[in-house]
Parts: sequence; C-alpha cells; structure tokens
Amino acid sequence: MNGFDSYKVRERADVARWVLGVAFLVLGGAFFRTQVMQHEKFQLRAETNRLRPIPLAAPRGQILDRSGRIIAENVPGYSVKLIAPSADSLRAVLARVGQVVPIDSGAVTEIVRRFRAARYQPALVLGDADFTTVARLEERRSSLPGLVIQAEPKRLYPSGRAVAHLVGYVSEVTEGDLAAQRFPGAQLGSIVGKAGLEKQYDDSLRGDEGVRYIEVNARGRLVREEASTATLPPTPGRPIRTTIDLDLQRFIDSIWPAGIRGAMIAMTPAGEVRALYSAPAYDPNDFVGGISSRLWRQLNTDDAKPLLNRAIQTRYPPASPFKLAISAMALKRGLVSLDTRMPVPCRGGMQLGNRYFRCWKKEGHGAVDLIGAVAGSCDVYFYQLGLRLGLDAIIKDGVLMGFRDRSGIDLENESRPIYPSSLAYFDRLYGPRNWSPPATTLNFSIGQGENTQTLINMMRFYQALSGTGIESTPYIVRQSSTRGASLGLTASQLDGLRHALIAVVERGTAAGSAIRAGGKQKELSIAGKTGTAQNPHGKDHGWFIGFAPAEKPVLVVGGIMEFAEHGTNVVPTVVRALRRYILGPDTTTAVKVELIVPQDSAPRTLDLETTDSAGIAPVPLDGRPTAKEPR
Amino acid sequence: MRAARIDGQLIGVSALLVAYGLIILYSAGQTDVPTRAAGVWWHQFIWVGVGLVAATVAFNVSFRLLEWLSPIVYGFSILLLVIVLVVGTGAGTAESSHSWLSIGGHQIGQPSELAKVATVLMLARFLSSRKEPPRALHDLIGPGLIIGAPFLLVLKQPDLGSAIVFVGIFFAMLFWAGVRPRLLFLLASPGISLLLAFSTVAWIVWILAFVLIIWAWRPYLWDWALCLIANVVMGTLAMPLWKHLAPYQQNRLLTFLNPEVDPRAAGYHAIQSRVAIGSGGWFGTGYTQGPQKRLAFLPEQHTDFVFSVVGEELGFLGVFVALALFLTLFFVLIRIARRAPDAFSSLVIFGIVGLFFTHVFENVGMTVNLMPITGIPLPFFSYGGSFFVICSLCLGLAMRVAWDSRLSGYHDF
Repeated sequence: MNGFDSYKVRERADVARWVLGVAFLVLGGAFFRTQVMQHEKFQLRAETNRLRPIPLAAPRGQILDRSGRIIAENVPGYSVKLIAPSADSLRAVLARVGQVVPIDSGAVTEIVRRFRAARYQPALVLGDADFTTVARLEERRSSLPGLVIQAEPKRLYPSGRAVAHLVGYVSEVTEGDLAAQRFPGAQLGSIVGKAGLEKQYDDSLRGDEGVRYIEVNARGRLVREEASTATLPPTPGRPIRTTIDLDLQRFIDSIWPAGIRGAMIAMTPAGEVRALYSAPAYDPNDFVGGISSRLWRQLNTDDAKPLLNRAIQTRYPPASPFKLAISAMALKRGLVSLDTRMPVPCRGGMQLGNRYFRCWKKEGHGAVDLIGAVAGSCDVYFYQLGLRLGLDAIIKDGVLMGFRDRSGIDLENESRPIYPSSLAYFDRLYGPRNWSPPATTLNFSIGQGENTQTLINMMRFYQALSGTGIESTPYIVRQSSTRGASLGLTASQLDGLRHALIAVVERGTAAGSAIRAGGKQKELSIAGKTGTAQNPHGKDHGWFIGFAPAEKPVLVVGGIMEFAEHGTNVVPTVVRALRRYILGPDTTTAVKVELIVPQDSAPRTLDLETTDSAGIAPVPLDGRPTAKEPR
Repeated sequence: MRAARIDGQLIGVSALLVAYGLIILYSAGQTDVPTRAAGVWWHQFIWVGVGLVAATVAFNVSFRLLEWLSPIVYGFSILLLVIVLVVGTGAGTAESSHSWLSIGGHQIGQPSELAKVATVLMLARFLSSRKEPPRALHDLIGPGLIIGAPFLLVLKQPDLGSAIVFVGIFFAMLFWAGVRPRLLFLLASPGISLLLAFSTVAWIVWILAFVLIIWAWRPYLWDWALCLIANVVMGTLAMPLWKHLAPYQQNRLLTFLNPEVDPRAAGYHAIQSRVAIGSGGWFGTGYTQGPQKRLAFLPEQHTDFVFSVVGEELGFLGVFVALALFLTLFFVLIRIARRAPDAFSSLVIFGIVGLFFTHVFENVGMTVNLMPITGIPLPFFSYGGSFFVICSLCLGLAMRVAWDSRLSGYHDF
C-alpha cells in the first residue's frame, strides 16, 4: 500500500504522539484541578460524607445551698442511641434492644418519629440506662448495628421530693421550645430546665454541648465510634449558689403532715429565701433521662396537682394575715394609733344596714385596742377600721404595698395576685349599684372578698413588717433590682405591730405556740398571725405567717395548708421550722413539747413530739385535719 | 538470540501496568463494608495467567496467518454479538443489558471485547489490501460497514461505552492508513452537529462554520453535499434521538453536565468519584486507607471506578505515575506500529492504540467528570476476565510485530 512510506508513517506517528500528549495533558490537568486545586473542598465533602456529629452533653452546673451543700449535682449515667440508615432498620434493631430492656410500643413509635425528623442524628433510645443494661447491650453489640453508648453526666437531686418545686426539673427540649427559641443555644436533644431554678437559671446551668464524630459508611451504618477527627469537649455549666438552707428545706419536708396540700416559705427579712416548699411534691429525679409517659400522665391528672408550685402559683384569700395590712394602712394614714379603741365593742358581731356581720368569736372580744384586736383577730374591730379607712383607701394602699403585683421572686410562672386597682373594678365586675360598698369594705378589711394572694406575696409583706418596713423582693439566687415598696410606717409603729403579733402567739389565736417545754428546751419568742381563708369549694384553708425571734427577727416563715380549716393547724409546723432554723437541731432526744394551739373558735391542745436530733422524721400531728383526702 | 529481539520496553511497561493494576485491585477489596470486591485481586491472578497464555499464543501466530484468518474471526465475533443479543445476560450495574454470554449459567465473557480485536484485524486487512488510502467518502463505505456492524450490535445491547470504542478504533486506523484529516473531519462533522444540536444558537454557528470550511477546502461535490445533509439531519434528529434514549442514559448525560442535578441517584457515581479523587490531594490518603472506598461511598471501586482508588489513596502522584505509564505504553506501541514490516501489522498495532486509548481516556476521564459515565473498563486495572485476556492478546500481537520488525531490520528488504 502506498500510504506506508517510511517518511509518511513517521509524520503520522508524530501527529499521533502530539494528539496523545495533549489528551493526557488534559487528563492530568483535570486531576490536578480536582486533587490539588480543589483538594480542600473535596476533603471537606469526604468528611461530611462519613463523619456524623454526636452532641456531647455538658454537665449542668451544680445547685448549692447557702453553705455549699448540694441541692442538684451530676452523676455518671449512660445514654443509649442508635444510628440507623432507615426507619425500618431502626425498628429492627429496636426490637432486638427490646429483648434486653423492655421498650413499649409507644416509645418505639416516638423514637422512630424523632428519627424521621432528624435522620442524620443518632436516635436516642434510653436517656438514662443503668450499668447492667449497658453491659448487657454491649455484650450483644455484634447483633445491634449502630449502637452508640455514651457516658453522659446525669442530673441527681439527692434530696428528691424535698426540693422538687424549688429546683424544678430538667427534660429534653421539645420542638415547640426550639421553634419559640425559649432556650437560646439549645439543639434537638439538649437537656434544659423546665421548671423552678433549673428553668430560671438554665442559661448559666446548661453549659455548651460538645461534639464527637463517629464514622459511618455509605449505607449510614456505624463503622467506628472513635473517628480520628478531634472532638470538641463540652463546656460545663456554671454552678449557682442559692440562699436556700438545705437543712431547713429538708426539715420542712420531713415535718409536713402527710396528705396535706399546701406550701411553706422561709425567708430572711432581707428577702433571702431559706426554704420554699410545696406539697404534694414529685420526685425531680423521675424526669432525668426522660419521664415515663405513665408517670407523666399520672402527675398531670392527679387531683392534688403535684406539679403545681403552691408557694408561688396558687392564690388564696389572704384572710386574717391581711388584717396587718389594714392596720398598717390605718397607722400610716394616722387614723388610729396602737391603743385606739373602736366605738362599737365586739359582742360577736356587728350590724351594718340590714345585715349582721359576725365576728369569728361568738362570745365577742369586748372593747379591744389595735394590739388586742390583732392578737384576738377581732373581726368587729377591723370592720370598723375598714369603714374608717374607706374602700378607696384600702385599694390604693394595697396597690402601693404590692398586693396587686407579683413578688418578683426569681422563679418562673409566679401567679399574679388578684386585687382591684380601683373602685371601677367592682362596677365592671358586678355592674354599678349591683354591689354594696360598705359590705365589700367589711369583707376587704378581714382579708376576704375580691382579694387573693400567693403565699410568696404575703411573705413579702410580713418580711417588711418583720424588718425595716420596706418590702424587699424575695430571691433565691439573684435579687431583682427593682426597689420594694415602703409600708410607710415609723419604727415605733412597726414595733407596735410586732408586739401585737407577739401577743397573737402569747395570748391570742396562736397562744401556746410559745412553746412550753420542760428541761433544757431553749426559749424562742415567736410573733405571727394565723388566718382562715374561706374556701367556697370546701373546707377552709389555714394560714400562719410568723417570725422569730420576735424582738429582732432573723427568719419569717409562712405556711398555708389547704382544707386545714383553721390557721392554728399550720402553726406547729411553722413554729418547728422557725425553731429548727434559729435554735438548730435539738440536742436533747425526744423532748416532749406541748403546744397549746387554740383554733379560731375553740382552743384545744395539740401534742407535738419533736425528735429533731434523731434526724428529720415526719412527726404525726394529733388532730390532723380531716380534709386531707382530695375531695 | 531470540530473547535479545524481544521488545524490552513493551515488556517492561506492560509488566509495570499489570503490577500496578493488581496492587490497586487488592486495595479495592479492602473495605469496612462487606463487598464482592474483597477477593477479586486473587481471581485476577488467574486472569493474568490466562492473559500470559493468550499473549504467548498471539506472539507465536504469524501475521500472515492472522491476516488470512481475519474474516473468519470477524465473522465469528459478529455471530457471537448477534447470539448475545438474543440470549445474553446482564451483569453488575448493567443488569438489564445483553452483553454477557453465558453457558450453563456461567458467564464466560463479553463477545464485544473479542469483537474489538476482530474488528481491528478485519479493518487492517481491508485497508492494507487497497492500493491507495481512501480519498473520498465513497472510499470509506467498506470500512464503515466493517465498523458499523459491531458498533450497532453493541449499541443495541445496550453498551454505549463499548460502542464508542469502535468509533475510536475507526478514526485511529483511518488516520494511520493515511486518510487526510480533512476527510476525517467531514466524517466526524455529523456527530459534532448532533452534540451541538441541544443549543440552537451553537448549532447555527456550527452549520455556518461548516459551510465556510467546505468553501475553503473544496472537497468532492458528493462528499460535501452528503456531509451537509447529514449535519442538518443530525441537528433535526437530535431531539427525537434524545427521547429515544433510555432514562438512565439521559440521566448520565445530564448529570455529566451537572452532577448536582441528582446527587443521590444519577449523579451519585460522578460526585463520589470526584470526592474520592479530590480528597486524595498530592499524595493520597495512603494505600488501602481511602475512606471513600473503605466506607463504600465509592461505587464499583474494582471495575469502572478503579482509577478513583488510585486518586484517593495514592493522590496526584499515583495518578501521574499511572498516566505516565499509559502514555509510555502508547508511545512504545506507536513506535512498533511505525517500524512494522508491513501495512497490515502496522495498522493492527495502531488499531490497538486506538482501542486502548479510547478505554483509558473515557474511563479515566469519567472518574473526574471530564467524560460522561459509561460502563467501560480501564485496561490492566479493572477487574474482568475477558477484557484482561483481550488486552494481553493485543500486547502479544504487538510483541510479535516488534519481533518481526527487528528481524526484518537485519535483512532490510
């Protein structure tokens, strides 16, 4: 063939070499571009392919009482998570996990639902697994692909129920919380505070999550738990130091009569809350690692509403303790002095227009001055004092004293008290001329009527009364900067009212709470005021707010018991709390302390056995109110 | 001395390529996920042995005998392609195609591989038997038929990758036979028209440019008229042809243009391969250590995408070495073709260059998204029996031609 002369072939060979050379240069160039110039981009791409971030929970900050005792801490716990390529394979693995730890079908549905929502995150199966469970799962690891067991700090409340409403509880953040951005920085799966101090100070306590990478293959199966890439350690949450006295808090829990609903708060005249207790309580430890749906349902449907913090969320008619507020208004306005007597002496009641208003004491108090009226809680005296003040003044001064505002304690969800802002309130509520100003005045002057207060709010008033006459905002960790209202009383007026409250205890409605005890029992003078909040739905609620030592108070303790009929039932519990705090645990064992606690109607003897030194054991109360069962 | 006349360069570069391929194939089986690629490197040893036998046999066959046998081999391979269309089975990722010949349930090979060599032989025989190189289109009817038959049969399987190889062989051998590049350009122009038809503007520009080129070159009347008509027809046929393609073929072409169109499905191979290669960097992630491969993100790591393993684990350095070895092999083959004692053997060797080059460029190009993805193996690297044996056979033929040319060099006739 002619075309194959040697010079022509050489020429073609040269062309062919050039063409091949250029083609390979193009190929090499493409690789150079991909491997050298775009290396970092593809490197990142390869890593996001195979590395799945797993959040590392940060240990929450400790919650300490005022002397550093632990209210909430962290202990090592284990979480069990699964990485699965699909919902079906997740179900299959869950079924095998279920052979080790029972998982009910509702939980499986929930786990799968959450997996679908965040497919690339490991699905949380058990938030709080114990060591034996983890060990048994670990044994079966080969048949449980995608199993991730992580040691995680877990919340522990050593005092359990005793601190329930104070600390609140923690739980996994919900999708709703995230959507509303209620917890800045939280991600799906984060543990956040849902109530109490845990919620209020969640920002400080939570810390920042770390992250760890695990390696997965193309089908989303876990390959290695330890990926070579460095992990980012979590930043632990900051501890908070509270004003709480854990010993007192636990003591109150131990002496609280079983089955009784109510609340108790102890605070110093400066507003530092030493104890805050609500009954019935729940165990905040139940929420750690996810509360079971059965228990959650039970807590929410229980008639006694254990999740309700009665110290700050429940409003009660302030009743007799409000008489001190009426006294303070009258003193401030100079309408009366401590020894002023009213024109009509108490004969067990008082006629006003066509209605007869009773005093709680049928036989009457006779002619008493202000101190005597406070001591005896004489309704007739306060009817007349109220009329002298006038409804308008009662409302105005009440608003000034803060009875219309929240106390401002650093806990979330405090209820706002109900208190009218002006007379127009009644017109709006009942219509003009449909209500009787004098009758309303009488109701208000004994703490009844359209006036309901939370325990914490009443405590604020009594704390002012026990101290300088200026209300300070109660606080557990940090006091709000708003300045409290002044009662507007002079030192001698305050002193006089305090004396009246001592008289309550010594000879009035709480007589006998000045404990008569034999032997080495230390003496403690206590001042305070009982009250019976009329409950239209059943038996009345009992109040007692007291402080001690009466001469120079260091602690104010207030308690309310629902369906306790009379404040006098509350007195012993409050008194014991005061004694415990001020005198410390008794050194003598099993001192028999006799308390004579009269009821508003008929005084009777109450036996109180203190075994303080033997620890804090619940003490049965003689003559326990009958209305302890939920109606 | 017989040994002294063996082409040492060819032996050397071939041995290096086979060794490199085996090393990479071993790594391809080292994964954290159970894979059928785990033991293939061991099987490949068997194929290397079979390949050695095939090369030895090819080396010992006289080219005169080969030239005489060419029509028979060609006819036989065409017959196999027809049979495989009827009873063929699919394999691997191309499960539904008809490219494998099975006997008694065992897949014994892909006839298209044999057809490539047979076509090279047949075309070499046809071209070398002519007095003059083809000068006009009507001179190319014969070669066109020789290529067209296996091309269409393979395309029908469907195996686009192998079909493209026939086109590569066709152009390479025509060029080597002395066909003027202008004629090759005219021949290729309908294909270019087809590709550009997806953009109306580009296509109009192309047609105008084409007319200008005809004006300048003044080819035979029939030639340019036919080519112009073919260009126009291709342009108009583009859309119907596109619709005629199977959806997976359409996707491959679309994702070639932009792999992110469908990153989970059609673009997955293209993306993961590039990620593997790109994450390799200059020196790679280390032999057998590539995470993309280990964790099964890289698909077909022992067959079509074996070169991505090179890129990931040995980096640009490993890629450079592999490409350099291939280029060296081609230069050696071109030298052998140039010094071949006769036109037939020269054309055969250059046909083999065309065959290998098309495979290498298409396969390596698709791993970096330079070429659209077609199922086409990489010589000496991809696992696969029949293709490896055919490649070895080709090397044996080249060895023989080198031997013959050295012998003839002594006698110098």
